[in-house]
Amino acid sequence: MSTLSLTSAFSLLLKRDLVLAYRRRAELVNPMLFFVLVTAMFPLGIGNDAKLIEAVGPGVIWVAALLAALLSLDSMFRSDYDDGSLEQFMLSAHPVSILVLAKILAHWLVTGLPLFIVAPLLAVLLNIPASAIPTLMLTLILGTPVLSLIGSVGVALTVGLRRGGVILSILVLPLYVPVLIFATDAVKTAIVGIPTTAQLSILSAMLVGSLVLAPMATAASLRISLS
Amino acid sequence: MTAAATNTAGTYEAQSLECIRDDRVLFEDLSFGINPGQALVLEGRNGSGKTSLLRILCGIRLPESGKLLWEGEDIFRLGPEFHEHIAYLGHKDGSKLDLTPLENLRIAQGLGKASDGIDLEEALDQVGLYGFEDVPTRNLSAGQQRRLAIARLLVTDAKLWILDEPFTSLDRKGIEHMERLFEGHLNRGGMAAMTTHHRIGFRDEVQLVRINLSER
Repeated sequence: MSTLSLTSAFSLLLKRDLVLAYRRRAELVNPMLFFVLVTAMFPLGIGNDAKLIEAVGPGVIWVAALLAALLSLDSMFRSDYDDGSLEQFMLSAHPVSILVLAKILAHWLVTGLPLFIVAPLLAVLLNIPASAIPTLMLTLILGTPVLSLIGSVGVALTVGLRRGGVILSILVLPLYVPVLIFATDAVKTAIVGIPTTAQLSILSAMLVGSLVLAPMATAASLRISLS
Repeated sequence: MTAAATNTAGTYEAQSLECIRDDRVLFEDLSFGINPGQALVLEGRNGSGKTSLLRILCGIRLPESGKLLWEGEDIFRLGPEFHEHIAYLGHKDGSKLDLTPLENLRIAQGLGKASDGIDLEEALDQVGLYGFEDVPTRNLSAGQQRRLAIARLLVTDAKLWILDEPFTSLDRKGIEHMERLFEGHLNRGGMAAMTTHHRIGFRDEVQLVRINLSER
């Protein structure tokens, strides 16, 4: 199999998922709206204690991002499973892990990237100092792809179940915890003004690790779910 | 196997397959071969394991025991190299309702082995969907959606067509037309494995291998 047709299959599938997302854009807004609403509600609930809001800010943004990612996960393979497209992927002449990677990338572009874009606005709302916002953005651009990648394995395992939602959360959330810990710690450290190289390096390592391993694990899980 | 190795070109062989579903043995010790130009027709009651067998032949489902050999090699070892030779039409059409027929076919072609010379619009024309290229698949009738799924078979070089009830929701003329398409594929040296509740109206030249799963 030539690499040319493999890359064209990758871009074809990426484009397909983006077109599909665009044609159902009402569903698309859901995770981002959730993210914005949760973070916007927090200062209202806490009251006008600026110090307290600043202290919980990074945690609030990241927990909301985590839950928004979880909310959007199920849509990654659900409709393809229901209409039989997933079977066709498994029978493709190309390695399934590469096709899966295209789907994960598309999923991140429509659910993870919007979070990254609105985050600076919410950071201001949560009183996070401007000096720490670049670090927040960095953690999001490194961390949200990890959420999509790890999540894809969980979705692939549960897509065959009628009501896999609860199992999915139980399966995936513990794996999200390291991302949450290092990302929020990086932002908090940045607020104080200490270098955050260590946390960011670990987040990068998580991204690289999951980028290499998750597509293969997802492909294998899909095979199990379909058989 | 050494003696057979020389003339296994383009053949598909199943050796003593066994399938168990929900603690029930659907079939065991089932062996058969399909050669170029032949069609395997599975018969049997509802629930006798026809769909399961077809999914096993695709490699989507694992048999409890037994071997599947494409040109003498295990299909699970071949992986994608085996998949480029097959096209599967299941109960579900596998088309995206939000995409147009043309977009659906383009993806089907991209997923398969890149084949040149097979025009997507030509394939749509062959299944009687000319003029529907840009209508969202959602707006097509059930029969037309089935025709689109059949068009998917035409856009790759797949030799073995695995068809699970391909004639569902097709009208009488449509069925005849699809039978001619399948015949054409077999006459070009293709192979097919299919289930259907219809009497198959292939002409005599086509070699049928019939297996009845209920009477074994």
